[in-house]
Amino acid sequence: MTTRIDTRFAELKKAGRSAFVTYVMAGDPDLATSLDIVKALPKAGADVIELGIPFTDPMADGPSIQAAGLRALKNGMTLKKTLGLVRDFRKDDNVTPLVLMGYYNPIYIYGVDKFLADAKTAGVDGLIIVDLPPEEDDELCIPALKAGLNFIRLATPTTDDKRLPAVLANTSGFVYYVSIAGITGAAAADANAVGEAVARIKRHTKLPICVGFGIRTPEAARGIAEKADGSVVGTALVDALKNSLDAEGRATAKTVNAVAELTAALAQGVKGAKVAAE
Amino acid sequence: MNVAKPNSYRSGPDDRGHFGIFGGRFVAETLMPLILDLEKAYTAAKADPTFQTEMNGYLTHYVGRPSPLYFAERLTEHLGGAKIYLKREELNHTGSHKVNNVLGQIMLARRMGKKRIIAETGAGQHGVATATLCARFGLECVVYMGAVDVERQQPNVIRMEMLGATVVPVQSGTRTLKDAMNEALRDWVTNVHNTFYCIGTVAGPHPYPTLVRDFQSIIGNETRTQMQEVEGRLPDSLVACIGGGSNAMGLFHPFLDDPSVEIFGVEAAGHGLTQLHAASIAGGRPGVLHGNRTYLLMDADGQIQDAHSISAGLDYPGIGPEHSWLHEIGRVNYLSATDDEALAAFQLLSRLEGIIPALEPAHAIAKVMELAPKRPRDHLMVVNLSGRGDKDVPQVGDILRGKSK
Ligand SMILES: Cc1ncc(COP(=O)(O)O)c(C=O)c1O
Repeated sequence: MTTRIDTRFAELKKAGRSAFVTYVMAGDPDLATSLDIVKALPKAGADVIELGIPFTDPMADGPSIQAAGLRALKNGMTLKKTLGLVRDFRKDDNVTPLVLMGYYNPIYIYGVDKFLADAKTAGVDGLIIVDLPPEEDDELCIPALKAGLNFIRLATPTTDDKRLPAVLANTSGFVYYVSIAGITGAAAADANAVGEAVARIKRHTKLPICVGFGIRTPEAARGIAEKADGSVVGTALVDALKNSLDAEGRATAKTVNAVAELTAALAQGVKGAKVAAE
Repeated sequence: MNVAKPNSYRSGPDDRGHFGIFGGRFVAETLMPLILDLEKAYTAAKADPTFQTEMNGYLTHYVGRPSPLYFAERLTEHLGGAKIYLKREELNHTGSHKVNNVLGQIMLARRMGKKRIIAETGAGQHGVATATLCARFGLECVVYMGAVDVERQQPNVIRMEMLGATVVPVQSGTRTLKDAMNEALRDWVTNVHNTFYCIGTVAGPHPYPTLVRDFQSIIGNETRTQMQEVEGRLPDSLVACIGGGSNAMGLFHPFLDDPSVEIFGVEAAGHGLTQLHAASIAGGRPGVLHGNRTYLLMDADGQIQDAHSISAGLDYPGIGPEHSWLHEIGRVNYLSATDDEALAAFQLLSRLEGIIPALEPAHAIAKVMELAPKRPRDHLMVVNLSGRGDKDVPQVGDILRGKSK
């Protein structure tokens, strides 16, 4: 099985370039604006889209992404509408890989089998579920792989060489290396430390490795792009969105552009990277 | 529900931390290695006689155990039925059962070489117990507490600060216990290298529900012995309040395989089960939060709902996974008491027995007021008096004065 994720990383490899992965929250601040933002991302230079599933209790997220989820929920966002958003996005983009990222409970309540079928039909390519470590693979990972979706696992600084094989065993699409022990939006990791970690993980897998958590600027993105197969930016985009809202937290005429412009700047940073020889 | 009855109700969890479908290890990868380490350290400690000996020393001389099993004569007369015994956990050092578990976890943290302790707290009793043992063993202590709870449980905030702990008011979400737990988990993910997370109830990822249960089981084990001494037999029923369920599990677990013992857990029904409440078994369904699968209050989309209880210690939209299993398998009956019922019980126990209970066990007393009159005079009923009411005196005083006006 080849997903849009596999195809995209193969193309980027051929082009000798690292991927730029953007994270935004589905339904932030409202469904219509969110769809416009997601549609604008590939044009602005996003190679892969991660779309957050809003959840009331995001235990691994910092204040920015927590607030984004609550904005979306307040305006009536649900998992069902998130899948609808993906379906609408796919109407005019059938190539950009799209990964849903979130927590297990909304999926568990939706029903795992129904969710996987609906996600596949909607055009989702992969899943990143923060609170499902390999120890709980029977819950969603194995069924997702059977349904033809990639299950992208997080590896962290606490994932040592002994544990890496277990973490990588059922991972597909790419590996998401969380560059710091911490929550989203926390301090950035040092690019050299990231380089060593990526090299360590590469000894265990042929999958592309994307690095996230703490990357906020085009310079930082370029630094990471020189060490890894991709860099993920989330909090900075969510903050740009938030800063464009009016006093009541509603979208303004500037909202979509605010996210698109920062995406374009970050994408320039990534494209300026000198990619390390394999 | 048709669930096969096990040979023993006391053999769980399995090696992956499951009680039936409940429990498990639903945590971020960053925490997984720590949880596996904790499990290893706990297994080693259990097998090490010096660990138990050292703990017993502190339980006797520092905590003040065993706690009395007290015959509540006037409450019994007033209710006119079952003979009511109070398990006096409120007499422990720091004023609640929470210290039993904290002592065990702090000793584990010391074995693991961790120097920084974090905890979540609702009523502040777990926070006070943690701050106390951190003071005793010279460890750094950070306690996360919802901003709403910081307001309503001021006496405990002051106590924690006097003991040298840092209390962090949590402003996210509903600003109560659930959010304090989210924030503690965020701290833990960030400070994995030196930090031990001391969870205050039988919830969270495996092995927490098990190790907290084991440390609290001293309540039930003592009750068995004490009841044998005074009445020469087992009790007929047990009653305890449930936030996450640690005081209840501590009392219940040693009796689960005694079929003659009826067991009642009491959740917080807040304003009533059709309105805002905190009764996850009565009003929730299985979901995944804070590292385990268990009964949770949530909406149709799987978003966690706000709980409400007058008692900060019960104001949580979930319950420990082993309770969810005991409910589904039918071994324990889960009831609920409203804010008003708890307030009435709070006053009744104060006036009849000269014991001001915490608002949490006042929920258990409230159900005793219903259950005891329907039982015969020779029925032996044990209530876990999990904490004393000092922390609630300002809050209840305000409510009662406001009401009497
Ligand atoms: C006195 C007392 N009882 C009960 C509880 C509820 O916790 P659990 O259900 O874990 O015993 C608390 C929690 O703060 C408490 O302080």
